[in-house]
Amino acid sequence: MFRLSIVTPEKIFYDDDIVSLVVPGTEGYLGVLSNHAPLITALKIGRIEFRDTNEEVSVLSVTNGFLEVSGNIASLLCDAAEYAKDIDVARAETALKKAESHITDYNNGQKDIDIAEEKLAVERAKNRIKIYKENN
Amino acid sequence: MATLREVKNRIKSVHSTKRITKAMEMVAAAKLRRAQQRVEEARPYSEKLDLMLSHLATASTEDISHPYFEERNTKKKTLVVVTSDRGLCGSYNANVLRKASEWLETNAEYEVEIVTVGKKCNDFFKSRKWSIVDNFSDWSGVINYDKVHDMVKLLTERFLNKDTDEIQIIYTQFISTVKYKIVSPRYLPIAKPEVDEEAGFNMDYIFEPNPESIYDSILPNYATSKMIMAVAEAIASEHGSRMMAMGNATTNAEEMVDTLTLEYNKARQAQITKELLEVVAGAEALKT
Repeated sequence: MFRLSIVTPEKIFYDDDIVSLVVPGTEGYLGVLSNHAPLITALKIGRIEFRDTNEEVSVLSVTNGFLEVSGNIASLLCDAAEYAKDIDVARAETALKKAESHITDYNNGQKDIDIAEEKLAVERAKNRIKIYKENN
Repeated sequence: MATLREVKNRIKSVHSTKRITKAMEMVAAAKLRRAQQRVEEARPYSEKLDLMLSHLATASTEDISHPYFEERNTKKKTLVVVTSDRGLCGSYNANVLRKASEWLETNAEYEVEIVTVGKKCNDFFKSRKWSIVDNFSDWSGVINYDKVHDMVKLLTERFLNKDTDEIQIIYTQFISTVKYKIVSPRYLPIAKPEVDEEAGFNMDYIFEPNPESIYDSILPNYATSKMIMAVAEAIASEHGSRMMAMGNATTNAEEMVDTLTLEYNKARQAQITKELLEVVAGAEALKT
């Protein structure tokens, strides 16, 4: 058992004891159990899965985060986290369409578009839709 | 001596002013609560990020160099000034602007550009012909995270493109409802995190993939989080100052009503006395 706190710039999203944690590290998914060696990693857009002390598994989507594990405390900082069941698929799909149309505009010669940002937006939206579909 | 009617009208007008200030005080109090909550909610992220950064610096042995840390031979500076959109908040804006003017005086040797947050300081610097890079207004009293992201994007891009060598923010820090402090921390370049010498307990960290790329993704977030804190605190201070200012105005109005009522009663009494005298004098005249 170890402590997990998920913190976003807007609020503390989760702060409780858990049994296991899986996060999307930059080099691929990695699992954390209690007494893990100290670790700092950046996270990719992807899914987080953790099992709490009641053996209940929660799945959530995450964007732009970091994880630090030290002394049986896992601190996960991220821009946004959402439980799979709370994902607003309609919004994700609109965001996806919007970003994709921006990318088409860019390819058609409209150069004032931040292409890297739009590609990330596509990835984020796809990730949220995927996680929602897998879990509902 | 004012006539009865004049005094009566003044009492009425002071009364209605009091009602307005009282209402504004209450609105500000409600907004303050929400704004304060935003500050409280943003704080854990910012604190954890500080901690993580210091662990990162302590545990990674090699010397860190990252564009965000780059100390240049400063020629151009950018000043970010955070004030409110609207007035009627006591000396809140005046204090920030005074501090900003002082800063501009001491930094006169540099090429300075200004980024204004809130209409008040935009008007102030515009009328004084400073070069304003951009203005972020219309917050309507709540923090707007998208707007903060836009600000951070503009500032970091200017810094990384060497359009400016140093960025400073001036804003009001919220300490308590009655205590504020105007602070002017440096925003960019970011000061290298302190190596925590005493934290040697277990500093044998695994980095995935390596410290440099973690800095790459941590530092932009650090910059964003600092800006969110600054704006959130400034907004909380604004509502706090407005609540205080309006509270004082309400008390003053009450006092004024009291003095005016006294004056009114005196004038009324004087008039009755005068009328009585006239009646008596008239009766006397009839007798003779």
